[in-house]
Amino acid sequence: MSASLDQARFSRRAILKGGALTVGFALTVTPGTALAQSVAGVARRTDNTQVDAYLTVNADGTVTVYCGKVDLGQGLRIAIPQIAAEELGIGVDRIKYFEGDTALTPNQGRTAGSTGIQRGGMQIRQAAATARKGLVDLAAQRLNLKPDELTAADGEVRPKAGGAGIAFAALLEGRKFDLKLDPNAPLKDPRSYTIVGKPLPRPDVAAKCLGTATYIHDLTLPDMLHARVIRPPAIGATLVSVDEDSIKDLAGVKVVRIKDFLAVVADDEWTSVRAARSLRAQWSEASNLPDQSRLTQSLREASGAAAETLVAKGAPPSPAPQDAKALTASYFWPMQSHASLGPSCAVADVSADQATIWTASQGMHDNRVTYARFLGLPLEKVRLIYLEGSGCYGMNGHEDAAADAAILSRAVGRPVRVQWSRADELGWDPKGPPQLLDLAGSVDAEGKILDWRTEMWIPQTTKGLLNIPLLGPQAAGLDNIVGLNTGLISQNGDPPYEAAHMQVVVHWLKETPLRPAPLRSPGKPANCFAVESFMDELAAAARLDPVAFRLRGLKNTRGIELVKRVAAMMKWEPRPSPGPNVGAATALGRGISYIHYKHSETLVAMGMEVAVEQASGRIKVERVSCAHDCGQIINPDGVRSQVEGSILQTISRVLMEEVKFDRARVTSVDWAGYPILRFSDVPKIEIELVDRPSEPPLGAGEAACAAVGAALANAVFDATGLRLRTVPFTPERVKAAQSGKA
Amino acid sequence: MPRYRLRVNEGVLSVEADADKPLLYVLRGLGLTATKFGCGLGQCGACTIVVDGTAVQSCQMTVADVQDKAVTTLEGLGTAAKPHPLQAAFIAHQVPQCGYCTSGMIMSAAALLEKNGKPSEGEIRSALELNLCRCGSHTRVVSAVMAASGQRG
Ligand code: FES
Ligand code: FES
Repeated sequence: MSASLDQARFSRRAILKGGALTVGFALTVTPGTALAQSVAGVARRTDNTQVDAYLTVNADGTVTVYCGKVDLGQGLRIAIPQIAAEELGIGVDRIKYFEGDTALTPNQGRTAGSTGIQRGGMQIRQAAATARKGLVDLAAQRLNLKPDELTAADGEVRPKAGGAGIAFAALLEGRKFDLKLDPNAPLKDPRSYTIVGKPLPRPDVAAKCLGTATYIHDLTLPDMLHARVIRPPAIGATLVSVDEDSIKDLAGVKVVRIKDFLAVVADDEWTSVRAARSLRAQWSEASNLPDQSRLTQSLREASGAAAETLVAKGAPPSPAPQDAKALTASYFWPMQSHASLGPSCAVADVSADQATIWTASQGMHDNRVTYARFLGLPLEKVRLIYLEGSGCYGMNGHEDAAADAAILSRAVGRPVRVQWSRADELGWDPKGPPQLLDLAGSVDAEGKILDWRTEMWIPQTTKGLLNIPLLGPQAAGLDNIVGLNTGLISQNGDPPYEAAHMQVVVHWLKETPLRPAPLRSPGKPANCFAVESFMDELAAAARLDPVAFRLRGLKNTRGIELVKRVAAMMKWEPRPSPGPNVGAATALGRGISYIHYKHSETLVAMGMEVAVEQASGRIKVERVSCAHDCGQIINPDGVRSQVEGSILQTISRVLMEEVKFDRARVTSVDWAGYPILRFSDVPKIEIELVDRPSEPPLGAGEAACAAVGAALANAVFDATGLRLRTVPFTPERVKAAQSGKA
Repeated sequence: MPRYRLRVNEGVLSVEADADKPLLYVLRGLGLTATKFGCGLGQCGACTIVVDGTAVQSCQMTVADVQDKAVTTLEGLGTAAKPHPLQAAFIAHQVPQCGYCTSGMIMSAAALLEKNGKPSEGEIRSALELNLCRCGSHTRVVSAVMAASGQRG
């Protein structure tokens, strides 16, 4: 295709010219195209124990912050500058910001497990505190004053008593800090904060609304080719033959075949799509997947599973009191897709001796190790540069797409952009693993938990795995990682309430039907669904009010406050479930759940009101009330946005989502087969944030997800008397429960 | 390859393209990358643009379909200096998370507001029913559209 157009009439360029793209005030994000052609040409200190790795004072009075964690829309691009600016003593408008570039930013670990602020941000706070101490010491020498007679503000160090200060840049005179991160560098008193705690707008939002944001999907390099990778029709099938004649009408298409790795590459993207559709290839037969209808049995019966006791506390009273109610129940959470709205995409420029890879992945430095390994290049010759993609909530296809692009760029000797299709993304992204839980417990008439036992069947993460096995290197026979990576999915299997006896046993599975990867709030949505549903089952058995029952066993004062707040938000009237609406054509009900994330992080209480249409079996969530305590809040609007997203995404997972497969492949590969929440499914959401400025900040990106399943299930029970123990709660499942088949 | 005359964002241009090439690829190939590929199947709305006042999925159309019609993409709706009321409201409400769906959301809403200056919350939801968002920005989308139409949002 060619175009003749009046360029001036268009509001953006076809090709990025490189250099920094300004987004919002002084915060800049760079796609690094200008720097990228030379891996070795960039020399920055990225040793994560050094202040210089995180902060540079520029001659123009600005400060550049280098962050190894990346922003996928969760707001680090404003929260991290807020933290740094506050601690350093400079306006946030004078911060420049770089994220996720292995040549420029320190290794702060994957942006995962809601650690962006609580780990990444705290490292940067410490770096800024160390830097401030260093700057104050320098000024003390120059001004002949004691350090405690000085203060850092507005980018300079000035005497507290008044008088002229010295700008940061003038103090450093072009030198680096040369300071190790000092864990004892004094931190500012949160009561003096003027930047942290403010709902400052995110710098990337305007560009996203104006259409000027550059996503990984939009990156264009000179000489770049477009590629589509053709995955086998069955998982584990091998490539028998390729009929290149089948696409001979398409000019300029190159077929790349490396063992079982098959791709088409073309100048024009649409041509690559057509070629991928038309190319005829013969694959071996394969049927490596288990029977989905027997999945829970096969998890329970899996051979070679090692049992491990995670929690063992106390002993059940013996003999059990006469009035004790004992129950058992099994819960199941299916495999789910990250289901990113935009299929994964990546661009790579790989030559014989170096590689530059643009990716939207959450794990830049970890991926670099993986990619250097399969490319056979020394680590320092591989550079990964983050560019935002469609939200990925863990590990979607981004890692694979980047590997595909790297393999192809090396094969064709030009920069290559790989774009996955919708079917690629839903079919081949690594999946949230299946989780099966058996619960047993007993409660006395007063609501004292006498006995609690959780047994779970879940796949085990292989120790020390930096990544996941990647599709491209696997197919191409390159050096690939072997193992499973699920994230920490065994946490919160025990309730956050007092019990006379508590035990959690996990059966570690060596395999899982589809390649697993961490999916937002790994494992906790399932575990909290089981634990907090079972709490409700115990409460119902003892005819106790669910809120009162929880408060009886809850000792954490911050947790108690949240449960009470949610009860107040919902105007909760104490009574046992189910409620008075059982049997109504449209039955209304309410439910509550609570989690102390990983028993050590963010606390969330959540209430839901649902309407269940008995005839259709359809569940509509009407209203969600959430009380959320993530310690010190850096940016309340950012937290709110994350909590809203956590709630809506997880309602979608609970009501609708399950990856379907036959014996050969995933079959739920479009939005009809894998539906997600739509506007008509969206409830009213009320969120109360509890700010605790003197406490450490905790993650806000995923804790609320965990509370959703049980609050919803408990509300359905309250409405109908039906107990749903298998996700998703489709109308068919509700109908099955009505007829006693659930 | 046939040549087509296109009216995009007030500009007129002529493009050469295969007859079956989806408009989405044509626009993105011209550097108008605000319009996003989400499925290519007409199922997600990420590629939504406005053609002669109606929101359409550009992955489901060809250049031939829009010959001589007025095509508007997010880039043509407004600029940083002069944002469309929807863009201003989406920014003020900090709507996007990843923002991959945002372009399509704004374009669907723009077509709605052209026909219905003061839509109810229910009308906004139905107009956006075909636009998916995985991040969960929905409640902010609705508030922003209400605000852009001069209603409490
Ligand atoms: S990309 Fe057009 S509807 Fe999804
Ligand atoms: S904001 Fe990410 S898909 Fe909507």
